[in-house]
Amino acid sequence: MSARDRIFATLRAGLKDSVNDSARPRAVAGRIAGHPRNLVPQRAQIPHAQQVDLFVAKAEALTVTVDRVDSAGAVPAKIADYLARHNLPSTLRVAPDPLLESLPWSERPLLQVEYGPGRSRDLVSVTPAFAGIAETGTLMLHSSATTPTTLHFVPDHHLVVMHESQITGGLEDAFARLRDKLGAPDESWSGNWPRTVNFVTGPSRTADIEGVPVLGAHGPRRLHIVLIRDGAAEN
Amino acid sequence: MSMQVTAQAFEANARKALQDPNLRKAMDIIGGPMASRRVETARELPEFDALRDEGVKIKNHVLQHIDLYLEKFEQQVTARGGKVHWCRTPREARETILALCRSRNAKTVTKGKSMVTEEIGLNAFLEAQGIQPIETDLGEYIIQLAHEPPSHIIGPALHKTREQVAELFEEHHPDYELPQSPGVKAGPRSSDPQALVTEARAVLRERYFQADVGITGANFLIAETGATVIVTNEGNGDLTQSLPKMHIAVSSIEKVIPNLEDLSTILRILARSATGQEMSCYTTLSCGPKRPGDKDGPEEFHVVLLDNGRSEMLGTALEPLMRCIRCGACMNNCPVYRSVGGHAYGWVYPGPIGAALDPHMIGLETARHLPNASTFCGKCEEVCPMRIPLPDIMRHWREQAHAQQITPPLQRWGIEAWAFAAKRPWLYRLGSRIAIAALHMLGRKRGGRFARLPLAAGWTDGRDLPAPQAAETFMAQYRRRRRGGGR
Repeated sequence: MSARDRIFATLRAGLKDSVNDSARPRAVAGRIAGHPRNLVPQRAQIPHAQQVDLFVAKAEALTVTVDRVDSAGAVPAKIADYLARHNLPSTLRVAPDPLLESLPWSERPLLQVEYGPGRSRDLVSVTPAFAGIAETGTLMLHSSATTPTTLHFVPDHHLVVMHESQITGGLEDAFARLRDKLGAPDESWSGNWPRTVNFVTGPSRTADIEGVPVLGAHGPRRLHIVLIRDGAAEN
Repeated sequence: MSMQVTAQAFEANARKALQDPNLRKAMDIIGGPMASRRVETARELPEFDALRDEGVKIKNHVLQHIDLYLEKFEQQVTARGGKVHWCRTPREARETILALCRSRNAKTVTKGKSMVTEEIGLNAFLEAQGIQPIETDLGEYIIQLAHEPPSHIIGPALHKTREQVAELFEEHHPDYELPQSPGVKAGPRSSDPQALVTEARAVLRERYFQADVGITGANFLIAETGATVIVTNEGNGDLTQSLPKMHIAVSSIEKVIPNLEDLSTILRILARSATGQEMSCYTTLSCGPKRPGDKDGPEEFHVVLLDNGRSEMLGTALEPLMRCIRCGACMNNCPVYRSVGGHAYGWVYPGPIGAALDPHMIGLETARHLPNASTFCGKCEEVCPMRIPLPDIMRHWREQAHAQQITPPLQRWGIEAWAFAAKRPWLYRLGSRIAIAALHMLGRKRGGRFARLPLAAGWTDGRDLPAPQAAETFMAQYRRRRRGGGR
């Protein structure tokens, strides 16, 4: 008997008589296909305008800085300001994503924009986000050909460009949007489900030395969000 | 070859720990800020206790269907291009991981924080096989340099002072260039935590890029998507699993949950219970290797699932332990843990969860002291997000130890004598009347206190035993006064 078979045999012995209950496979299939929500806190079920405010407040409480702009065209100037404010060189490592590629970078000729995954010496990355989660000020990002994961973790400064309409109430809402975009994870290798989904809540931190909180343990020391108003007040 | 066990020496370990001033400092952090932040963030979420009930419901549902969810999980990992390896024993898990590393001709392996790899003693084993494991979680890195096991499942190096960390870095980072101010020569090395974190960040940075294999743990396994989930604050786990060519997630079978909604619910109670954060900085779901077109990520994705006796808990008094999400709240709030620290317990899982789990994993004979390392105050069960009846399980082990004659004979006879009397009220009353009268008489000669008493050294070694002030038992006095007898 293989290790796998023996583990399953022990588990099934522990289930005793219920092991042959035909309701069990149905319950499992139903819970996976239907993925019902459990209790969702009130805080995650508020109108969209309040979600945006809560998202910003929660993020700022975690030392995240947020710039709010009226259009995507204003993003390069805000990023240039950020670099100047933190005395950073003008080289950006940017995700090769349609939103970011379409920004008017040429209006800021001093910015050197390079597209690609993160490398060990990169100081500043710019990425899109898939969603913002109001209840905790959390970003949801995922890997794809146009959004390499290393940009979320390698550089010292992680700059995120996103629209207000991407902000949702709770974790379940963000997962619902991801399922809508990708389709439920099917069983073929061609499934669209990404290799990795990252929830990012504030910059990297540690309290491993005497419990003293220090930012920038291994991931980004600073997290900055440029939030674009789009008036699209969907819920 | 798994982690060295010193649980059998708990009493000596504890006595030593009580004399350690650095440990006292660390315990103040764990019992102070860590425990109080949990209370604050829980208070800010009105649904916190209701979410705990939801979490218990999810886990109980999983345990009734665990075989089916594990099958679904494996099916989904395989569909995403990954592979699940089933291991019954620590030895099987070590051999599996070694074979995977060898298939990549691995020289160095970076590691994210994983208690299961501590459970199987992976680091010492890989080193003996000529593969260098590098812990990247700051706390784990510090204790790896110090050649010590973790003292807490969340803050493994909290027992080290900043000065001790600075000394370790001084010894192990000969090539690190300390930041210099103009006109000032380098050093001495600062013990400022910010400077030490910066140093560790710089030293470990290149290691991530050089490593052949990245090993992480997994807090959850999601049957719906075939994803492993890590919950961290530093970002080291993500660097560990994104940069090398192979990612191995090492976890255990009871960590499977059905779907993303269930993950959402449990995440809301995990960080709040563990560190008092609303959400840890990084929660990452990983399924399968890099996709066609991806510009980063591993080429191979493996999940090593350890049993190590867990499957045998199903359907027994120990089953509730399979709900544990390893948050550490039980130890942060335990008066015994907060007095003796994690090392005294002598195995991977300390505190109340260790006292309940370790006897099953390393044997009751070896771990027999751990279920006794409790005041039965019930705080662990009160704070456990999964409402695990930890005191009941410790009591279960005490009964087992008695039944299997593992407790010392004198203790056993004492308990049996007491039980004999307790079942016969007339005998109990007679015995206590004689004992109280005798203690009262003897006590009068000794100034009302006993500095030493036969069979009671456990009490009198630490403090005096006050002698009864009256020559009769409490019950006798009570009855007399009710009858209006006055004083």
